[in-house]
Amino acid sequence: MAKELIKGNTAVAEAALRVGLEAYFGYPITPQTELLEHLSARMPELGRPFVQAESELGAINMVYGAACTGKRVMTSSSSPGVSLMMEGLSYIAGTEVPAVFVDVVRGGPGLGNIAPAQGDYNQIVHGGGHGDYHLIVLAPASVQEAIDLTGLAFDLADKYRSIVCIMLDGSLGQMMEPAEIPPMQPLKAEIPDWAVRGNSDGDRRILTSINLDPPAQERMNYRLMTRWQEIEANEVRFKSYYLDDADFVVVGFGTAGRIALSAVRAAREKGIKIGLLRPITVAPFPNEVLEELTEKVKGFLVVEMNAGQMLEDVRLVVRGRKPVEFFGRMGGVVPFPDEVLTEIERLVAVPLTTNGHPRDRWLARMADVIG
Amino acid sequence: MQQEVIIAGFGGQGVLFAGQLLAYAAMDAGKEVTWIPSYGPEMRGGTANCTVVISDEEIGSPFVKNPAAVLAMNLPSLDKYEDLVKPGGVLVVNTSMVNRQVERENIKVVSVAANEVAEMAGSKRAVNMVMLGALLANADLLSLEALETALEDHLPERHKKFMPANKAALRQGAAHKAVEVVKS
Repeated sequence: MAKELIKGNTAVAEAALRVGLEAYFGYPITPQTELLEHLSARMPELGRPFVQAESELGAINMVYGAACTGKRVMTSSSSPGVSLMMEGLSYIAGTEVPAVFVDVVRGGPGLGNIAPAQGDYNQIVHGGGHGDYHLIVLAPASVQEAIDLTGLAFDLADKYRSIVCIMLDGSLGQMMEPAEIPPMQPLKAEIPDWAVRGNSDGDRRILTSINLDPPAQERMNYRLMTRWQEIEANEVRFKSYYLDDADFVVVGFGTAGRIALSAVRAAREKGIKIGLLRPITVAPFPNEVLEELTEKVKGFLVVEMNAGQMLEDVRLVVRGRKPVEFFGRMGGVVPFPDEVLTEIERLVAVPLTTNGHPRDRWLARMADVIG
Repeated sequence: MQQEVIIAGFGGQGVLFAGQLLAYAAMDAGKEVTWIPSYGPEMRGGTANCTVVISDEEIGSPFVKNPAAVLAMNLPSLDKYEDLVKPGGVLVVNTSMVNRQVERENIKVVSVAANEVAEMAGSKRAVNMVMLGALLANADLLSLEALETALEDHLPERHKKFMPANKAALRQGAAHKAVEVVKS
């Protein structure tokens, strides 16, 4: 199939539909709106439900209900809208039904702005809703990867009865790149044995997140946690660049990762032995490869479009054995590759330390730039 | 090999479509390409710009600070991007919308009265095509023919009647040659 030039938001929408999205519920918000807009036209063409809900709360709870039928369902939003969905996500997690949602992250906190950012990392990766649960979080860095991961998101959601988040940012949503969308696939035929379908003559099935008996609720928590162990063991994905002979490694996901790639290439041209690790699943996090790198390299530079949220996950693996430095821009400001290159040049030139916190050093360096 | 183009002007000058056309032509030539617009609220009635990156390998950043080429379709765009063009790069200026000289050195400057040229070519809305023609004639980016093919393939059906004017605008834009600005 020929490649087409397509916008990230539109590509995810069309990809979802072709891998069997059977119902969509959402509420418009920039910079995500093209996703909803595309589905508003395409879903009715295929006789599949598209509902623009009255709010994000409505949308996520419609997803909750529809997910209980075992069909492929999704919603999408951007940061402030996703915050409104947190209660519903916890309920979906607590009911163990599969659902996919897309967060096209924008500048925050608060209403913020509509520029690209990665400030939702902690909310998406480390919870957000109440209780012990994990989301599988996929962080594409290109339109093609966003398409490929959309298919994967539905497969993983079904396989683990889990919520899968595709975490984009505003630039990936708005950017056009040549990409290939898979051909239309048949709808999921089998009905999971847990699904509720309104059959009056079948077994009585109850899907709920309420469990008033603490030991029973504890068993449910235990099941979620052991399932997460399985996900951690089997579903880690990342892409590495120039790591074979690297003395130093940049770690970055999504758009920050691809911006860092430009800087890493420029540094290589200057003879600096540096590579890039770009997590594709930020949850589960690629701990193992980072552990291997910790033994091999002289230091790390974490680059994000936030104040160092994934940074903490990197530090948990490195555990002070090697220096970790941080560079980020916040609030919708996107770093240019030359800023990252400057940080790389600093990384290899100055004496590094494992003392203190990299965020403190970064904030001090940024005083004249931002402050 | 990577090249970057920033196209900037007022909303309505065809800035975003000009960038998309470049991206289509690059894609059809088998290149990697990214197109990213400024999508802030300023797009409504204010300035618009887009960045196109064309490369032979996986593209890193879709954003560039110092592009190889800039199309400045009005004065605010010239003011914003004149100093950012990469040394040795190309700056195409729409002199119809600019009331000052280019001051930048060590770049190639193509001065085009694009509004007038477009009108002479048959459509005053083809300013973006004039500018693109001027770019392609002075940068080793893509051929005029590749762009014309992209135009035929991707111009929305309702605009097909403007094809001859668009092609004429491209050609007449391409007749403008760059001046190397070197400090005397």
